[in-house]
Amino acid sequence: MTVNPSGWRPSTPANEQGEQQTVTGNRALMLEEPLIFEMDGDDATGVDFDQILPGTGRGTSEAGGAGPLRQPSAATSPSRGGFLAGLERTAAIGLPGLSEPEMVRHYTRLSRQNYAIDLGLFPLGSCTMKHNPRLNEKVARLPGFADVHPLQPQETVQGALEVINQLAFWLLDLTGMHGVAMSPKAGAHGELCGLLCIRAALEARGDKRAVVLVPESAHGTNPATAAFAGYRVENIPANAAGRVDLEALKARLGPDVAAVMITNPNTCGLFEPDMKAISDAVHAAGAFVYCDGANFNAIVGKVRPGDLGIDAMHINLHKTFSTPHGGGGPGSGPVVLSEALSPYGPLPFAAKYPDGGFRIVEEETAGDEHPGAFGRMVAFHGQMGMFTRALTYILSHGADGLAQVAEDAVLNANYVLRSLSDVLDAPFADAGPCMHEAIFSDKGFADGVSTIDLAKALIDEGFHPMTMYFPLVVHGAMLIEPTETESKASLDQFTMAIRAIAERARAGDQSLKAAPVHAPRRRLDETLAARKPVLSFKTPAPDGAENGAMTEVGGR
Amino acid sequence: MRYLPLSDADRSEMLQIIGAGSIDELFKDVPEEARLTGPIHGLPMHASELAVERHMSALSRKNMVAGDVPFFLGCGAYRHHVPASVDHIIQRGEFLTSYTPYQPEIAQGTLQMMFEFQTQVARLLGCEVANASMYDGSTAMWEAIVMAHRITRRGKTIVSSGVHPHYVGVATTMAKFTEDDLRTALPGLTAEPDTERLLGAIDGETSAVVVQYPDILGRITDLTPIAEAAHAAGALLIAVVTEPVALGLIKSPGEMGADIVVGEGQSIGVGLQFGGPYVGLFACREKHVRQMPGRLAGETVDAEGKRGFVLTLSTREQHIRREKATSNICTSSVLCALAWTAHMTLLGEKGLRQLAALNHARAREAADRLAAIPGVRLVNDSFFNEFTLELPVEARPAVHAMVEKGVLGGVSLGRLYPGEDKLKNGLVIAVTETVTDEDIAALEAALKEVVR
Repeated sequence: MTVNPSGWRPSTPANEQGEQQTVTGNRALMLEEPLIFEMDGDDATGVDFDQILPGTGRGTSEAGGAGPLRQPSAATSPSRGGFLAGLERTAAIGLPGLSEPEMVRHYTRLSRQNYAIDLGLFPLGSCTMKHNPRLNEKVARLPGFADVHPLQPQETVQGALEVINQLAFWLLDLTGMHGVAMSPKAGAHGELCGLLCIRAALEARGDKRAVVLVPESAHGTNPATAAFAGYRVENIPANAAGRVDLEALKARLGPDVAAVMITNPNTCGLFEPDMKAISDAVHAAGAFVYCDGANFNAIVGKVRPGDLGIDAMHINLHKTFSTPHGGGGPGSGPVVLSEALSPYGPLPFAAKYPDGGFRIVEEETAGDEHPGAFGRMVAFHGQMGMFTRALTYILSHGADGLAQVAEDAVLNANYVLRSLSDVLDAPFADAGPCMHEAIFSDKGFADGVSTIDLAKALIDEGFHPMTMYFPLVVHGAMLIEPTETESKASLDQFTMAIRAIAERARAGDQSLKAAPVHAPRRRLDETLAARKPVLSFKTPAPDGAENGAMTEVGGR
Repeated sequence: MRYLPLSDADRSEMLQIIGAGSIDELFKDVPEEARLTGPIHGLPMHASELAVERHMSALSRKNMVAGDVPFFLGCGAYRHHVPASVDHIIQRGEFLTSYTPYQPEIAQGTLQMMFEFQTQVARLLGCEVANASMYDGSTAMWEAIVMAHRITRRGKTIVSSGVHPHYVGVATTMAKFTEDDLRTALPGLTAEPDTERLLGAIDGETSAVVVQYPDILGRITDLTPIAEAAHAAGALLIAVVTEPVALGLIKSPGEMGADIVVGEGQSIGVGLQFGGPYVGLFACREKHVRQMPGRLAGETVDAEGKRGFVLTLSTREQHIRREKATSNICTSSVLCALAWTAHMTLLGEKGLRQLAALNHARAREAADRLAAIPGVRLVNDSFFNEFTLELPVEARPAVHAMVEKGVLGGVSLGRLYPGEDKLKNGLVIAVTETVTDEDIAALEAALKEVVR
């Protein structure tokens, strides 16, 4: 086996505990796996192709050439350099291939180095890592959804348009809003969509405003999106109860403020009880309210954002509506809009007509049907594969089941809050119950022990860590969102583990600094990775030559 | 409810431990007048798995399935055969139900896969580095334009008329808000792309030139002179690839001097899915990596010196930099990237070249036969697996008429460029390895009838 020039060899890890080493570097079910570029796959392939028969257009595929073909007729004679304009690829690309058994084994072995919801509780606050029902996966793979082209004539995709339209209307029912843009590809893309609607609405009334207000506790995407949409970002402070400081907000509102971006429930896991008053104040100042819908799982079926004066809110289908996170996407971020913003929503969208048919409203008919549209955000119609999953989820739960989702999510979070508040500092617990996530600080930890140490020790206990150091308004924050798909027994095991670790943290147990010790890897050197980035595999230089892989990256 | 493990007994016990008299007490921060008292209006009640499956299957049957008919659509989404093992891998729960790998000790599977994906993408596109994916090709192209703006500190971008009109639409929408100056044009039904126009338009204020390769009409053009002219003026060349299988047969944009190469990765490993989710490809020169948007996996070592991978250079990203980030992007398309990388690993270079050759051979065969129909003209003198025909009649009604005959016979330029008289007779035909001789014969027969 060749090894990467970083110098690591699977068989030679130093181990402090002096554990018995294996010659392979494997430890029973914990299996090491090289990169595909380190396997001998230069001339291999795991795909067989049909033989191409001469004269039928199915010429032989030998040597990767285009194969013998009928002589082109006069009608198709190329004028220069053949049909490929003289640009045939000659140099090797450097793409190794594996046979099917090798490919399946490679990725199966890699998969086993991942933690996942299917393996255990995944308490990432504000990420809503709930169970992903497998019916959703089955439905998304039905040929009528999976094998349909986005540019097929509309009479051939009525079922797809009906799915989009049905989901759109149910999202409106659930949020009490007026319109919805289905095409945004993810939550942050939805934020962008919402802010562009706001900007278009302001411009339509000739009102140039330059500032977006964002609470300190907001997700990083909020200020980044506002900046990407061309706004200057200003922070608004939180009060001692972890909520938006209404008076400070009111004092800052003025003719230069375009929008306020609020997360509700907020990232401390608390509902903003003044939400309606905030909305009224923002509207009175001529601005709009954007709500980050990341935490919608806490209130789905219980409260409608439209009743709180919200003008735009994205819905992460991969959070509340259980579409898989997939290791970091694809997401899906439809945006619900108030009556004031709906005229400016993007193209395209699916609309139902009085004849019962569905049509796509895009550039061609937008002039008649949706003249205020701010434009197009994506090439096609959004994340159809996520719409089918989300619609399946909503159908499974129904109105009654969705309200139960919110109730159980909030119940589970409060159970965790209550079960841990004697061993971890819960800064807002005195103020009352939390919503779907419970927040703790590192107050009370012995010197030298930090939130990250507790989180990494949780890995050794078989759990994914909680969200850490976010929101920024709580010192050493630990944000725990258990979700409604955890049983009481699962929560009990989790809180038992965290209690034991919290005691060690309070006692100053320095062994926490070494955690995790049982994971496929110990703590990784992120500083090295950033200082000397190695972002792709470089074939090792011959023996004895200088290590060529580590190159300083410029452009700072 | 089958997805909710708590029993009523659990709920009462937990409420008691919490010290709440009822679940409503936990919602006390929600103003009374905003709280809903019963099940939300408009939605049905919960349903069994069987009932839901029945309902969704019925909806799915209202669509014409590409695999059931002679099928020739492309223009940014391509129907290729995806090996069964690819779908099996992406349904492994450890990939499907994992999160963004912020905890690298228990996410090496995703991180190593990302590193492999980045390497494969960079090599295929002919660049030094690639990121771990974007939402799709159209958003990747816009991100490339703003990245070039950051690098050159110039705001004018010249967009080739051969770029997918929806991609241009996305960029035009965004440019309205960022005040970037985009110079766009409509394509003509000619064999020659608009290289001369691009060369004439590049000046000292140009940030970037954007060229699609192969372009929306399927044409292939040498990017080298465009790259040279752009570089001479201090501008960058952005190349857009919507059919990456082509790069198994033709030179990569990077080899021809493109500085940023973006693309739609759907055609490898990811099904059509009515337009999404897809997987945006994004690659560039190493010296520009700190201006690149999106996630990056990088190599490092752990506390025992073992090689491992982490998300890196995150100081570019929103969760660290907030309003100063290079992009607001907070997700990539990792599961689709996994499908892409697993399919590419099955293919290998050998398989990719065979696949590309097969596509090209099939397309040549189809072009030959369709161009022989009286009145039909092949616009291209270069193409990979997609070409444009000029019909003697308007193409859009022709496409609908072919549907009546059970043939999905390409994308009309009338659909892509509504209201443009000069383009209305254009029909773009994509031919992949999934197309059979019978399919081509069916298209030929249908087209003959509709142009008569």
